[in-house]
Amino acid sequence: MPLLEAAGISKVFGKLTALDGAALTVGEREFHGLIGPNGSGKSTLMKCLAGALVPTRGKVTFINTDVTSFTPPERARAGMSLKFQITAVLPTLTLYDNILLALQARSSLLDLAFSRTRGRLHEEVMTMLLQFRLADRAFDAAATLSHGQQQWLEIAMALACRPRLLLLDEPTGGMSLEERRLTGELLQPIKQHCSIVIVEHDLDFIRDICDRLTVLDQGRVLASGTVAEIQANRSVQEIYLRRA
Amino acid sequence: MSSTGTGIQPPPPVIEAARSPVTAFAFAGRTKVLPILELALLIAASIAPLVLRDYITVYATRVLILCLFALSFDLVWGYAGILSLGQSLFFGMAGYGVALLSRDFGVGSIFAVLPAGTLIGFVAALLLAGFLLLGRHPSSVVFVSLGTMTGAYAADRLARGSHYLGGQNGIPSIQPMTIGSHELSEGPGFYYLVLTILVLIYLLSRFLLRSQFGLALAGLRENEQRIAFFGYKVQHLKAIIFAISGAIAGTAGSLYAFHEGFVWTNMLGVVMSTQVVLYVLFGGSGTLIGAVIGTAIVEGLSFWLSDNYRDIWPIILGVLLLLVILFRPLGLISLVLGERERVGHFGPSLKEKRNAAP
Repeated sequence: MPLLEAAGISKVFGKLTALDGAALTVGEREFHGLIGPNGSGKSTLMKCLAGALVPTRGKVTFINTDVTSFTPPERARAGMSLKFQITAVLPTLTLYDNILLALQARSSLLDLAFSRTRGRLHEEVMTMLLQFRLADRAFDAAATLSHGQQQWLEIAMALACRPRLLLLDEPTGGMSLEERRLTGELLQPIKQHCSIVIVEHDLDFIRDICDRLTVLDQGRVLASGTVAEIQANRSVQEIYLRRA
Repeated sequence: MSSTGTGIQPPPPVIEAARSPVTAFAFAGRTKVLPILELALLIAASIAPLVLRDYITVYATRVLILCLFALSFDLVWGYAGILSLGQSLFFGMAGYGVALLSRDFGVGSIFAVLPAGTLIGFVAALLLAGFLLLGRHPSSVVFVSLGTMTGAYAADRLARGSHYLGGQNGIPSIQPMTIGSHELSEGPGFYYLVLTILVLIYLLSRFLLRSQFGLALAGLRENEQRIAFFGYKVQHLKAIIFAISGAIAGTAGSLYAFHEGFVWTNMLGVVMSTQVVLYVLFGGSGTLIGAVIGTAIVEGLSFWLSDNYRDIWPIILGVLLLLVILFRPLGLISLVLGERERVGHFGPSLKEKRNAAP
């Protein structure tokens, strides 16, 4: 049984059909890349998975539960986590507090009001920060980070919710080559406990990190398979050549 | 320093990093302006009746009650990012509620009327939150502000039209509040009562806002959508803080009713609601103390200006308010308070860290 299964997903905005029966299946501990030309519906599909958009038609099943109509908090509590395309760290809070906020998302209100979680989570917060090489900045405001670092913080926050599935919308957007390489390294250890769906323009990055790929074109699935299969696929080559 | 003894996973370097002098310094190195400011204001407020003339003490009591009211608005706007433009609804409803208790049932004991007023504010805010905030999907800021404003406007009109509530004239000559057999009328006694309640509620709010609940509220204010994706039930958080704020506004409203000795429709209406917004913007939102300072300065200024520039004082006050909002969008408090201290941090305090160290 796959971890996530999206079938027949369509999303219509007025006259524009962004998705037309797209499908996606992600297994346990699988890194799955979602690629395709601009406007092919990658981000829309991500948003349908995360709950930011409700699909016009189709069904999303996550750990044997139909989550199609779940709100974002409900999906988060079921074990999904999303990193936004545009970085959405909380700028005036410290890095430490950003992570802490993510870590205690499922705590009860009484625990929050009496700060029962504060001391208990300290080591976990520092572990996350250290893992993403941000520990020395722990008590600076998130707004003072470089763009690449903000992306990392955001990934760390998304992971702090201990998800079973992480949805990463352009994790390397605006990063330097070196930062991209590091991001790949930072993501590898996650595989032990978490699957990832990645939308990304950088095909080298995708190829290095992903197990399987799904290619979208004009709102439909053009091909889906292992990285090698996709690279050998004629129609995929065509849409990328057509663009080049 | 080798082992923590907890037996859980984090690798040694983490603990090393967490306890390094660098991070400890990050906490210790900052001078705290806020506690000094709070203490100074408390001392000033405590000795004020001793040096002020009686009629000014009466005025100052009213200002303290309005400070409490402003505090309630700061909770929702400054901390949770809910723009409630109908805060007077809870203030006024509580005021009318206790006035009716006094008029129709002869109840005037402080131990009955203050809890009653607080409860009225709480329940009214909870009900309104049910309509405005507790949908399946988050409601927009504009929807909430218009909704709350409409609530206040409607209540104002209803009270004006209601014979039972005294129509335009409101409910006059409310009997004084009593503690046991002692009657509390305006003056230093009432002043110190209000000051005590203000300080208590201030401290309670401060405790709540600096807890991890406060961190969740900060997240709500900064990026509601983001924390929803963490799994926070943002609508519930909002409804809770809205109801707490309503309760505080209710306390303020009942004190106001007994202090003035009458209630009238303005207490419910939009004017009162906007006034409280101005106090908080002027002083600086999201600090609690900013709301208090803003109220004190705006009210103090209008008192002094109306005495000395009888004809044009509202214009002078308006220009001053505009200047502050233009050049100090974060309010007067930002003159003395840095960004970090204003927002605060919610991680372990220095003391907790020391205790944790081996």
